[in-house]
Amino acid sequence: MSETIQARVLRVIATTQRIPLEKVKPDSTFEELGIDSMDSINILFDLESEFDIEIKDEDAKKIRTIREMIDGVTYLVDSKQNPSAQTATE
Amino acid sequence: MGVISALGLDQQQFWQALARGESGIGPIPNDIGPVAEMGMNQVRFKNGAPVLGYDADTYFSRKTLSFMDRFAQFSVIAAREAVSMAGVEWTDELRESAAIITGSCMGGRFTEEIGYWELFHHGRHRVHPLTIPLGMSNAGASHISMEFGLHGPAYTISTACSSSAHAIGNALWMVRSGAAPLAIAGGSEAPLFLGGLKAWEAMRVVSPDTCRPFSANRSGMILGEGAAMLVIEPLERALARGVKPLAEIVGFGMSADACHVTQPSAEGAARAMRGALRDGRLAPEQIGYINAHGTATEANDRMEAAAIHDVFGVHTAALPVSSTKSMHGHTLGAAGAIEAVATILALRNGVLPPTANYTEADPECELDVIPNQSRVVQAEAALSQSFAFGGLNAVLAFRAWH
Repeated sequence: MSETIQARVLRVIATTQRIPLEKVKPDSTFEELGIDSMDSINILFDLESEFDIEIKDEDAKKIRTIREMIDGVTYLVDSKQNPSAQTATE
Repeated sequence: MGVISALGLDQQQFWQALARGESGIGPIPNDIGPVAEMGMNQVRFKNGAPVLGYDADTYFSRKTLSFMDRFAQFSVIAAREAVSMAGVEWTDELRESAAIITGSCMGGRFTEEIGYWELFHHGRHRVHPLTIPLGMSNAGASHISMEFGLHGPAYTISTACSSSAHAIGNALWMVRSGAAPLAIAGGSEAPLFLGGLKAWEAMRVVSPDTCRPFSANRSGMILGEGAAMLVIEPLERALARGVKPLAEIVGFGMSADACHVTQPSAEGAARAMRGALRDGRLAPEQIGYINAHGTATEANDRMEAAAIHDVFGVHTAALPVSSTKSMHGHTLGAAGAIEAVATILALRNGVLPPTANYTEADPECELDVIPNQSRVVQAEAALSQSFAFGGLNAVLAFRAWH
């Protein structure tokens, strides 16, 4: 079975932040993982490449937790695969 | 003083716009250099503070232009206005000893990018033979030296957004110590090219619309271009040759945050501010205006407000602070010089320029930001503040001359 979106997001965070994958949990806080605002922008950049998505600046500013990263990426990937759904939810 | 910016091609236009609170922020045109072919439509944000109505051919011969990047052109144009306004009469002796200190963050990378475009986009195997001399950050200082035939000390400082404040501060210290009888100092930047814009876009600090410093609904910085140059000489020398100084430059303070490459520290900023006050022998209560770094990013504005409160304490309530970046944009390596000119003109004219585009108070930036309309106030002394990425801070102190 292919890797889930959540697993891929956690892997990208671990790789970009250079921390062991087992430390990165969906409910970890940025503080626990030592992620500051510039680290967060680096991670979003790598997530954009991993999933071929574009995260808007105003959305990026709101993200404060790993869970929000997973949810946001899931939303954007779904929207990309099903463009009509995006229009409906906006 | 000379200045070229989004607010106009000379000092008069610059001050007129500042005093009226008029912003030079708008769409970045496609026809700045090679951008047209590269396409601004690739960039997520559309607005900047470009120099409009600029025709290089009216300032330079074709032959000269082939040796100058846009940023170097701006340097010379600002220096010409400064020298002419100061009424400098070049003697052989002065030409031997006058100093030139310029600041630039990106130098001639505009030209470098054209080379990369040829290599990586067009698949060509060569770039223009003058790419190196056009690209070097010291080209501004070099072209100013050739313009006026100056053979004395000349160099360039590159400390990101503090570059030209460091340049002016160093010029002050050289002139004050007697190392040079006169200095031309300032900075220049032309950062509105595709690769540079994309790099700023990736940092997610650029506003999709406009620059609203200290406003709760601020949305980031706006990139600008331009240059400013000052002529600095000892007060006695200026008075002896019968010219009226625009202001006294009295203090320079610098510091390094030594903590984070992009997150600024209020403690570091405050140390540079205190350094400028100490160097200028000024009490905090003598400062009647601060031209803030005020980029309109969350990180800067709250840090800067905290630093001002730390240094000025209760006096903060009676201390007007504005960010003129709301009008001429963030000109990076030219910012310190362009804002020094704004500060000097505020002291000279007895009018404090506003923070434009201010719409909503931010409780974490509790300052009198002179919202949207200039104010008739004769300040005794003023600070101009620059806080660069990399945590390198430079603050200049000026005193009104009457």
